Amino acid sequence: MASTTLDGAAAPEQGNLKSRLRRAERLRKVKAVGLVAPLALFLVVVFVVPIGSMLLNSIDNGSLRQVMPQTASSLQQWDGEGLPGEATFAVFADELRDSRRGGGLGSVGRRLNYEDPQYRGLLMRTLMGLPSASDNWRDTLIDIDPAWGETATWQGIQAAAPPRTDRYLLASLDLERGADGEVQRVDQQDRLYQAVFQRTMVIAGGVTLICLALGFPLAYLLATLPARTSNLLMILVLLPFWTSLLVRTAAWIILLQSNGLANQSMMALGLIESPLQLVFNRIGVFFAMVHILLPFMVLPLYSVMKGISPSYQRAAVSLGAHPFAAFWQVYVPQTVSGVAAGTILVFIMALGYYITPALVGGPADQMVSYYVAYYTNTTNNWGMAAALGSILLMVTLLLYLVYHRLVNRRQLIRR
Amino acid sequence: MPDNDNDAQAPLIRFAGVQKTYDGESLVVKDLNLTIAEGEFVTLLGPSGSGKTTCLMMLAGFENPTGGDIFLGRQRLNSVPPHKRNFGMVFQNYALFPHMTVEENIRYPLKTRRLPAAEADRKVSEILDMIQLREFARRRPGQLSGGQQQRVALARSLVFEPQLVLMDEPLGALDKQLREQMQLEIKHLHQQLGLTVVFVTHDQGEALTMSDRVAVFNDGVIQQIDTPSNLYEYPANAFVAQFIGENNTLAGRVESVEGERCRARFGEGMSTGAVLGPSLAVGDVTHLSIRPERVKLDGAAHDLPNRLSARVHEFIYLGDHLRVRCALPGNDDFVARVPVDAFDHQLKPGDTVELGWRDEDVRALDAP
Ligand SMILES: Nc1ncnc2c1ncn2[C@@H]1O[C@H](COP(=O)(O)OP(=O)(O)OP(=O)(O)O)[C@@H](O)[C@H]1O
Ligand SMILES: [Mg+2]
Repeated sequence: MASTTLDGAAAPEQGNLKSRLRRAERLRKVKAVGLVAPLALFLVVVFVVPIGSMLLNSIDNGSLRQVMPQTASSLQQWDGEGLPGEATFAVFADELRDSRRGGGLGSVGRRLNYEDPQYRGLLMRTLMGLPSASDNWRDTLIDIDPAWGETATWQGIQAAAPPRTDRYLLASLDLERGADGEVQRVDQQDRLYQAVFQRTMVIAGGVTLICLALGFPLAYLLATLPARTSNLLMILVLLPFWTSLLVRTAAWIILLQSNGLANQSMMALGLIESPLQLVFNRIGVFFAMVHILLPFMVLPLYSVMKGISPSYQRAAVSLGAHPFAAFWQVYVPQTVSGVAAGTILVFIMALGYYITPALVGGPADQMVSYYVAYYTNTTNNWGMAAALGSILLMVTLLLYLVYHRLVNRRQLIRR
Repeated sequence: MPDNDNDAQAPLIRFAGVQKTYDGESLVVKDLNLTIAEGEFVTLLGPSGSGKTTCLMMLAGFENPTGGDIFLGRQRLNSVPPHKRNFGMVFQNYALFPHMTVEENIRYPLKTRRLPAAEADRKVSEILDMIQLREFARRRPGQLSGGQQQRVALARSLVFEPQLVLMDEPLGALDKQLREQMQLEIKHLHQQLGLTVVFVTHDQGEALTMSDRVAVFNDGVIQQIDTPSNLYEYPANAFVAQFIGENNTLAGRVESVEGERCRARFGEGMSTGAVLGPSLAVGDVTHLSIRPERVKLDGAAHDLPNRLSARVHEFIYLGDHLRVRCALPGNDDFVARVPVDAFDHQLKPGDTVELGWRDEDVRALDAP
């Protein structure tokens, strides 16, 4: 600080400057934080929290622990051999009686029914016949229903006792834990979800490929036409965004149904004898989904293609390449980043499609989201809904990573 | 004075009455006749929008002539697709393929020609040495400087030994120093390899430095096609005189003609002897063209046949010479270029000086 004492006049000036700079900087930071705060909050509320709670829901073992905490903890100590001790029977009877009041019985019944559909009835019957007091609850309960004398009955309740479970995640992959706790595949006739996941991937992949096949030439046209024409065409590409998804889907049903415009015109032209089944099957799903998702392919492709100078192809042709070869060897590789963006966008959006396949697809065209909706809306099985959702999320992330790797390896160094 | 019919050599390229319109309303190229001999370096020079690129694109096959024919030797080129023309081409932005390395870029024309790998390797290697970019072979164009990219583009257009190399303002994106260096490199390549080059530029200095012949374009018409020195010394019309080098113009009228010479009146009652330009007769309006370095000042002007006095506006010092801006009747931006050592340092702006020139330094040209 020697210099500041020497030059007394400059010192306060300098300190003043620093603090002014700090104040200005602080103001800037506050402004910046203030500007992003609403978005950050919004993301936390609508994105991080719901996804986090969905992930938790998929491994949450449900209500037994809340409604019958003592039964749950004493069953967790049981070794699973023979029958639990008298104390367990006693707290169970106690908590069963109490559960009637809080409405907890319904949720426990629902949870236990996933183990075996007999439980709800068993609990109801037992509650009806339950005396207010007993000195031997074990015999009393077995008297009410001999099921209470079977080890399997208690094992089922024990399975619902721990706070976390992997049953939903396993079930979403057509797996279960056998009697010995080993993971095994469920019976042939009960297998469902592997096929559903596979179908979801096939539909999403198919839609993506069709979108790419249709979108690439369209984007190329848009990028190479004179500005006036291409602006007009661009409006047509964006037009679907102006109507609601439901309206568009309904329009496809009307268009594609047996006596719809598509079939009638083809019959009028003599192309077909009798109407084709174009809707309420896979064809309808592809039509409607491609239509809705095509702009998401075209836009990123267009933006990349717009930046590619036509002189590259001319250069290739001047170097002796046939125009097709020039296009394929010189133009297409430069569009990789757009193709990557478009395909990943369309694929991920398609993976989550629900309402369109539900409306224009048949029973065999329903995707994972349909079952998520089914479990949330119809059966109230949040565990299954969350597990299916989580697995879809994981698969998506995994595919994205693989894809990212692949594309990055070929990533171009653009000027 | 050589002109544009090279009868001695059979022309490699011949434009015969070529016309081009893009919109069907105005001709961008009007009746173009041009021959290019083998081994020649011909530059198309002209202001922006004069149709130079259009001509080059027609030669390369990317645009079709609306009328007329282009010949390669005896073969009519109009219907040959561009990828079969076997011309090398260098684009203004180089158009190096960004997803290929330098080496892959240079190899590309050999690949399209399905050359055996060993031969292709040898050629690529040779040309990499020639452009001195061997250590950059594995880099992508984006990782090179402008001058290096330029050299790669050049190598790529030469590696397959084309009959003709077309260059559309290949040096436009480089800074002055690099541009001058590349001008020499291209010139040397042309001499070394015996290339035939058609070069497009709107920089007259570049055109004069590099070319065997320059075609000066304006408005879709070749104004003059000649060697650089002839263009400078004997411009065919006022546009060429104005476009090539520095020039003073005086508006006048031809008074009398004697053979190659004439007298012309200009300003208020002044007259000068001049070399008579093409297609001028007595009474015609003319633009008298005088190069600044031919205008002499004071002492040096004493013995010259054409003298007049003028008021000095300003002096511009340019190191080895001075530009003296004077006001003349009919041209108040008349420039004389005086070597520094021949300059009278007493002169000030506002002074009156005597200017003089010889008859043969003035050319009476067509008024555009
Ligand atoms: N593809 C095209 N469509 C319509 N008009 C064009 C096209 N290309 C060029 N033109 C027009 O033709 C005229 C000549 O253009 P050209 O590109 O040949 O000029 P240039 O001499 O190369 O100019 P510059 O020095 O600016 O490159 C211009 O008026 C231009 O607007
Ligand atoms: Mg041009």
